[in-house]
Amino acid sequence: MAGTGVFSPGRAKIEARTLRRDRWWLEPAITFTVFTAFIIYSTIRAFWDVNIYSAEDHLLSPFYSPCLTNDCPEGASHLGTPVGDWFPLSPALLILILPLGFRMTCYYYRKAYYRAFWLSPPACAVAEPHTKYTGETRFPLIFQNAHRWFFWLSLPLPILIGYDGIDAIYADGEWKFGLGALVLLVAAVTLLAYSLSCHSCRHIMGGRLNHFSKHPIRYWGWTQVTKLNGKHMQLAWISLIAVWFADFYVLMVAADVFGDPHIG
Amino acid sequence: MTITESANNPKAFAPGVDKSKSYQANFKVWRGNSETGALQDYSVEVNDGEVVLDIIFRIQADQANDMAVRWNCKAGKCGSCSAEINGRPRLMCMTRMSALPPGEEVVVTPMRAFPVIKDLVTDVSFNYEKAKQIPAFAPKPREADGTYRMQQIDVERGQEFRKCIECFMCQNVCHVVRDHEENKKSFAGPRFFIRLAELDMHPLDTNDRQMLAQEKHGLGMCNITKCCTEVCPEHIKITDNGIIPLKERVVDRKYDPLFKILGLSKKKTND
Ligand code: SF4
Ligand code: SF4
Ligand code: FES
Ligand code: FES
Repeated sequence: MAGTGVFSPGRAKIEARTLRRDRWWLEPAITFTVFTAFIIYSTIRAFWDVNIYSAEDHLLSPFYSPCLTNDCPEGASHLGTPVGDWFPLSPALLILILPLGFRMTCYYYRKAYYRAFWLSPPACAVAEPHTKYTGETRFPLIFQNAHRWFFWLSLPLPILIGYDGIDAIYADGEWKFGLGALVLLVAAVTLLAYSLSCHSCRHIMGGRLNHFSKHPIRYWGWTQVTKLNGKHMQLAWISLIAVWFADFYVLMVAADVFGDPHIG
Repeated sequence: MTITESANNPKAFAPGVDKSKSYQANFKVWRGNSETGALQDYSVEVNDGEVVLDIIFRIQADQANDMAVRWNCKAGKCGSCSAEINGRPRLMCMTRMSALPPGEEVVVTPMRAFPVIKDLVTDVSFNYEKAKQIPAFAPKPREADGTYRMQQIDVERGQEFRKCIECFMCQNVCHVVRDHEENKKSFAGPRFFIRLAELDMHPLDTNDRQMLAQEKHGLGMCNITKCCTEVCPEHIKITDNGIIPLKERVVDRKYDPLFKILGLSKKKTND
């Protein structure tokens, strides 16, 4: 790599790619490990299409909500099965494409995976290994600009997961406060908070305006989203873990590994 | 001690220093020019409360009179003393010795994205060239009574960016140019993205800076990995409040089919 970047002629001659001695590699290493584990887990769960619903407890895996094909277990399709038999693969794939697109184009996740997976750069002031760099100016990364569309398309999903949680509380005409319902509601709330803290949401809400004074309601909305937006990274992680755990919980209950503890 | 005597005695400049807290530190300082150079070792006294720039001065005074260092205010306000300390861009005058890992050697180098002139001094003219390419503030005509009226909430966002002290550490750390010299032609860098954002958000400015940012200043090259924000000594939220909002405004203009259909993408429509 001699001759480019920090080794370019004219710059201070220093052999090391970085002189940082703190553990700069720790953050990308954690991101890499957790994201990889999640991708493997969720891919298996999405294609597997087994133990996704506990009919007894009305617990549906968030990866399968809403469940739209005839393959769905009975009682799991709150929106009906408009897709019918047309889609031969797991019904999760129809839905997961939205949160997948939303997170792949998310400004925070972009930062995280550009650093951890693409090493561009691995950490600040650590020279990246690539000799060429064009950023997000051309195919395929220019499609990161579609983020706002994924925002709109995936916005209903946390609400539907919240509905699943409520459905588990009021199951078969009776009240039942189970741990599973709580797990789904926590996933729903954190996912919604993550969606609302989105940078595109902030822009749509009021960020694109130059005269806040002419739009008091949008200005108020913008200030609220701005507060959430400051926690966007934390919400990205919390909601990811929450939805991961919710699916795992449903898997355990549906596979009868343990019963859903409940009151009532 | 007479005045002349005290001026010649470096210790006299620090009256009241508690010498019981002083210690010897090992410094490695990069010495050289645009052709050649290397890290050089210095063992130097550190007193309680000192910053890295103090130590550089002491090395300069006692051991290396010809060592070049650029500084002005020693108060974190002029942006002159930018360097890299233990590999991270820092203002030397704002980096307390007590905040560095105790007992470890301290490595000080010039900024690594710009050509070096001598020792710790780099040639930052790249940034002045970029500054020149940004069209000046172009306000709309004054109101009938000859004044401008702006609400505080309408100008607030831009005021954050006015805190910039032009230390150029964000420019230095940005991998787009730090790791790719050839991108310097087409990339203005984070400091100038916040300048563009500030003007674009200004309620009186009439220029269209959105297409300019994307097409001329290389906004699309930024992959929002946020190193600029991490190093900014003024804690300006360069990415969250400047670059990302600007990128979203560019999406309105260039990449959003709905805006195209509604005919909103032709000109700046940020009422
Ligand atoms: S966020 Fe963009 S401008 Fe800032 S350092 Fe990273 S690539 Fe450069
Ligand atoms: S934005 Fe911050 S880091 Fe960049 S030049 Fe201004 S003060 Fe320095
Ligand atoms: S920026 Fe992260 S979800 Fe939109
Ligand atoms: S000397 Fe002015 S900022 Fe350090």
